[in-house]
Amino acid sequence: MSKKITYDDGKGGYQGKLIFKSSLIYIALIILTLICLVPILILVVNATRLHNDIIGHVSLIPSTHLFDNLRTLKENRLYNVFFDPVVGMRNSLIVAGCCCALTVFFSGLTAYGLVVYDFKLKGPAFVFILAVMMVPTQVTAVGFMNLLIKMNLLDSYIPLIVPSIAAPAIVFFMRQYMLSSFPLDIIEAARIDGSNEFRTFLTISIPMMKPAFAVQAIFCFIQKWNDYYNQSIVLVSGKKNQLTMPMMVQKVIAIDRNADFGANYAAIFLSIIPVVVIYIVLSKFIIGGVAAGGVKE
Amino acid sequence: MATAAQRRIKSVSYAKYGYFFILPFFIVYFIFSLWPLLQTFVLAFHSNGARTNLTFVGLDNFRTILATPAENDFKAMGIHETFWKYMKNTVIIWVGNFIPQIALSLLLAVWFTDLRVKMPGKGFFKVVMYMPNIITAASVAGLFLSLFGNSSYSVINTLRGPDVEPLKIITDMWQSRVLVMFIQVWMWFGNTMIMLMSGIQGINESLFEAAEIDGANTHQTFWRITFPLLKTIMVYTLLTSMIGGLQMFDIPYMLHTGNVINEHIATVAVFVYEMFHKNFAKPSFGYSAAASVILFVITSILGALVFWVQRDKDAMEKAKKRRQAIKEAKRKAKGGGFSI
Repeated sequence: MSKKITYDDGKGGYQGKLIFKSSLIYIALIILTLICLVPILILVVNATRLHNDIIGHVSLIPSTHLFDNLRTLKENRLYNVFFDPVVGMRNSLIVAGCCCALTVFFSGLTAYGLVVYDFKLKGPAFVFILAVMMVPTQVTAVGFMNLLIKMNLLDSYIPLIVPSIAAPAIVFFMRQYMLSSFPLDIIEAARIDGSNEFRTFLTISIPMMKPAFAVQAIFCFIQKWNDYYNQSIVLVSGKKNQLTMPMMVQKVIAIDRNADFGANYAAIFLSIIPVVVIYIVLSKFIIGGVAAGGVKE
Repeated sequence: MATAAQRRIKSVSYAKYGYFFILPFFIVYFIFSLWPLLQTFVLAFHSNGARTNLTFVGLDNFRTILATPAENDFKAMGIHETFWKYMKNTVIIWVGNFIPQIALSLLLAVWFTDLRVKMPGKGFFKVVMYMPNIITAASVAGLFLSLFGNSSYSVINTLRGPDVEPLKIITDMWQSRVLVMFIQVWMWFGNTMIMLMSGIQGINESLFEAAEIDGANTHQTFWRITFPLLKTIMVYTLLTSMIGGLQMFDIPYMLHTGNVINEHIATVAVFVYEMFHKNFAKPSFGYSAAASVILFVITSILGALVFWVQRDKDAMEKAKKRRQAIKEAKRKAKGGGFSI
């Protein structure tokens, strides 16, 4: 073993050492790639196989029964009391879409206000945003629940959507972006041309901030689509036409008796399609966004 | 030059727009986050078992959770023991997921940023390794339940064959914990890797080139250049990961079948959630809020550490020097007899 790692013995050619090292790294990377992909591959394959095949043996070759499994989801009482992919996707899309739009627009607005204008409370406002960035969701959850009971807002989408107007981490990110790459002279120019402040924001700032807006929008959408915690707090009574995709999946995986494995896999498969498709199409932006230190939950 | 005066006039006339632009954020934040946060602190000192008309009980909730209650008070004893068991789980699972995760991510980040190693398909590997992070936690829990579940039909038990006693990973204490650690690493190592990569890329490239010309090998380059310069970002990763670890909820909460959560992997966040959410008609707001306050205190300490680590040392040094210089100048001015 020890001989393998002697790159610096001065005898082997430099190129040879590099090729040897590269191939070792490659093998490790391929193993990791397999660890990442095989569970997902098994999921996709099993979503196309029937229960009786799945319990018989493990296979990595897709079968043709995806639609049979979807029919089971639709017709079996065990599943259709709470699982309906069309309703779930629609609800998740409403929640995630609205949140995403509100977050990006209002975070941009707040960051713009903090960067462009000079006012007395500017410093304290920014320090406040920095300080609250770290407050965990769990800490506010009890009070949030209590507030919803008092305001009679349980089982409504309002408490899921409206709070996303205030996203401290995203305001912070956008502020940093504006400070580094937004020319303030252009605002002065717009003022001289007679544009009012809000219009300047809409027609000049937003188009110039597009890259930052796009990255934050993608992250926000994925995060809200995946947000089981808040959704399960707000949608307490679990009416089927209100449930979102993660909540439906949670109910599917909790079935402990008489589960149809084909249907289980198909349900999980359906739930990951939207985010995976978004990810594959936009992976370049997403990886870039993480690298820019954009988001860590 | 009249610019100073002009600037003052300008800032006066536009200042109100600043307030106007940041107002929506603050209104919504106060209603939906700050008010609930304060409410959590208030509820921590109130009684349990009802949705309204709670009575003030002082520090009782904290006493029940933190100090050992009386032997015959079974309900308090149960809550006390559950909290500490879940706290222990949180720490164990966090440690068991963080160490392999940071080691793996660091190794990968060094490989990916090594200029000498030509690596086609780098982009592909990065995309694949980040992918688990974007999949819904509920789906991930479901996926791993199907792979490693107790059912004799799960993938692992199918592989072992029908004649062998099926593995019960999900209900076994250590096996389920290791599974949760594995899932957390699986979901998060890509993210940590990319963050560390951007840290390494921030290091001046000429340092690596100089090291190579001086004949440093990979180990020397890593331990003498990369690692010392990455320290700040590593400490930042450590602290944010701790804060994230305290909030770990989805996988520990959902990795089970049936209605009973798995007590070997349940975390403090699960405790908070179960207390106010499980018995919906008679929620234990008090215990839940008290546990939240404890979480808040720990998080605040960690958050303060993050700020302390992230602080700009050079800028602070300069500011200090400037203040000293001003003081010095003032003293001199006084000594020189210029003051009245």
